[in-house]
Amino acid sequence: MSWLWEIFKATLAAVAVFTFLALVGAMLGVYLERKISGWIQSRLGPKHVGPQGILQTVADTVKLLQKENIVPTNADAITFNVAPLMAAVAGLLAWIIIPFGPIFGRVVIVRDINIGLLFFIAMASLIVIAILLGGWSSNNKYALLGGFRSASQMISYEIPLALAVLVPVMMAGTLSTVGIVEAQRGGWLGIGNWFIFGLPGNRWLLIPGALAFLVFFTAATAEVNRVPFDLPEAESELVAGYFSEYTGMRFALFQLGEYAEAFAMAALTTVLFLGGWHGPLLPGVVWFFTKMFALVFVLMWVRWTYPRLRLDQLLHLSWKGLVPLGFVLVLVTGWLLI
Amino acid sequence: MGELGAFIILALVTLLPAAAVVTSRNLVRAAMSLVPSFLGVAGLFVLLQAEFVAGIQILIYAGAIAVLILFVIMLTAGGTGTAVRQANEQRVVGGLAAAALTAALLALLLRTAWPLAAGSLPRANVAAVGSAFLTTFVLAFEISSVVLLVSLVGALVIARRER
Amino acid sequence: MLLDWLYVAVFAVVGVVMAGLPLALVWALAPRAEYPQKHLTYESGVVPFGQAWAQFNIRYYLFALVFVLFEVEVIYLFPWAVVFRDFITQRLGGFVLAEAALFIVILGMGLLYAWRKGALEWV
Repeated sequence: MSWLWEIFKATLAAVAVFTFLALVGAMLGVYLERKISGWIQSRLGPKHVGPQGILQTVADTVKLLQKENIVPTNADAITFNVAPLMAAVAGLLAWIIIPFGPIFGRVVIVRDINIGLLFFIAMASLIVIAILLGGWSSNNKYALLGGFRSASQMISYEIPLALAVLVPVMMAGTLSTVGIVEAQRGGWLGIGNWFIFGLPGNRWLLIPGALAFLVFFTAATAEVNRVPFDLPEAESELVAGYFSEYTGMRFALFQLGEYAEAFAMAALTTVLFLGGWHGPLLPGVVWFFTKMFALVFVLMWVRWTYPRLRLDQLLHLSWKGLVPLGFVLVLVTGWLLI
Repeated sequence: MGELGAFIILALVTLLPAAAVVTSRNLVRAAMSLVPSFLGVAGLFVLLQAEFVAGIQILIYAGAIAVLILFVIMLTAGGTGTAVRQANEQRVVGGLAAAALTAALLALLLRTAWPLAAGSLPRANVAAVGSAFLTTFVLAFEISSVVLLVSLVGALVIARRER
Repeated sequence: MLLDWLYVAVFAVVGVVMAGLPLALVWALAPRAEYPQKHLTYESGVVPFGQAWAQFNIRYYLFALVFVLFEVEVIYLFPWAVVFRDFITQRLGGFVLAEAALFIVILGMGLLYAWRKGALEWV
């Protein structure tokens, strides 16, 4: 009956990760976004609810809980309800393979799946379906158009994402996240062996390494529909895009899925390119979270720095820019490794 | 025992949405039911210890092909979700043909002495597949790229014929 | 290995339950003041005009098509990337790289074809 005990442990882990995502990803993430946006725009952001406005998102969640449940006429009720659930669950499942760092010698990770990176990309592609169904089921022209545009954007950027992932995979020789972080162990001050700087014996790999980091981060920004790639949900364009008709808690679930995916992308970038939990003096877990939050800060910083790309510019950037660049990077990495 | 339970659950997850695909009166719901069916098949691959194939199944089928099918349906008249009858006058004959085919397949499956392969799949699935691609099956690997090229060109020619 | 995927299955089920909890909470707590205008679809404040579904551009379909084919190609490159270093230690690195380069070049021609034929345009 040991599998019953394993199911119990898995349930505990799932509840823990979901709570972590709801607290850190959604609540802290939304609060950080509003505060950082405020500072960049020379204003203060939320300040009244709780000390320095920390409880603002809690208040917002309580507000959303008591909003009326409105389903538009002629909307497909089943799909309308399934879509946000699917988005939230796919965002949650992506966190299974993220390693947080060693505590008492063992790496804290839910499960180190052998095909970890492939699994992550597969979860990112499931969110596309959730968005498409959400847009269609609202029975709203704007929502459907937003769903199409968002789906087109996300599928266009999945290819550069997968290609950029291939570069650290080639340098490490494994698809397992723990394996990739372990391959970046050691080096000068614990930093020298990060894949963004190439391999210790082969410093020329810094060029494809750093470029692959940029390609991955750009594709990740587009995957989570953030500025400069947020045309599908821009207020000035399509109201709110595919979630125009979603109110209250369903809207919160879509947002949870998006923020969970954004944090997961930041976490995966640190695992693939920035050495995961490796670094000088401080314990590994601290380094991991520092790097992850630094990348999240960069995501939010980019939001208020660049103008929004038009849809055709966005698609051209992917298909005519990042995809050929990704192929070239893979071949160059292969050539340099020989 | 646990594996049998997992197999039954996965078989239900695969077959019930598949039944919904062929009987649903709403085309978009039919296409949407493909997704849990594909995920069930991925689970069955995992039970067969083929992790890599399971990952590819989720990524390609549920993530790419289901999206393509949904795009196509939503761009055509089926996108309104109007009720479509999934049956015609030849239901009885069709049912008899399906039953005969089922009987034939069952007889075939139950009477063959399936030889069991010795050993088990290598634990490092991806590395084994990679080595096979690059040594034993390299011709198939390169020809599959030509097949992909041909299908890309063919699909674009057909899709753009109206221009 | 099966244990890993058991965790994935449990995560999916628990995720659905935990994501459904707030929805159930809303259904229990939220006020209900029904009148038909509330269920009208949103169209910038005016009464919705025409059907919700219109003939959309065929462009979306072409992008999805090209995406499927290139996704399959990238999948073929994953096992190659994983065993690449092993082949280098066996001194077959150049050969293996040439195989992959041929694969990528053939499909690069496909991308070039799609580009020149305007399948990647958004007009």
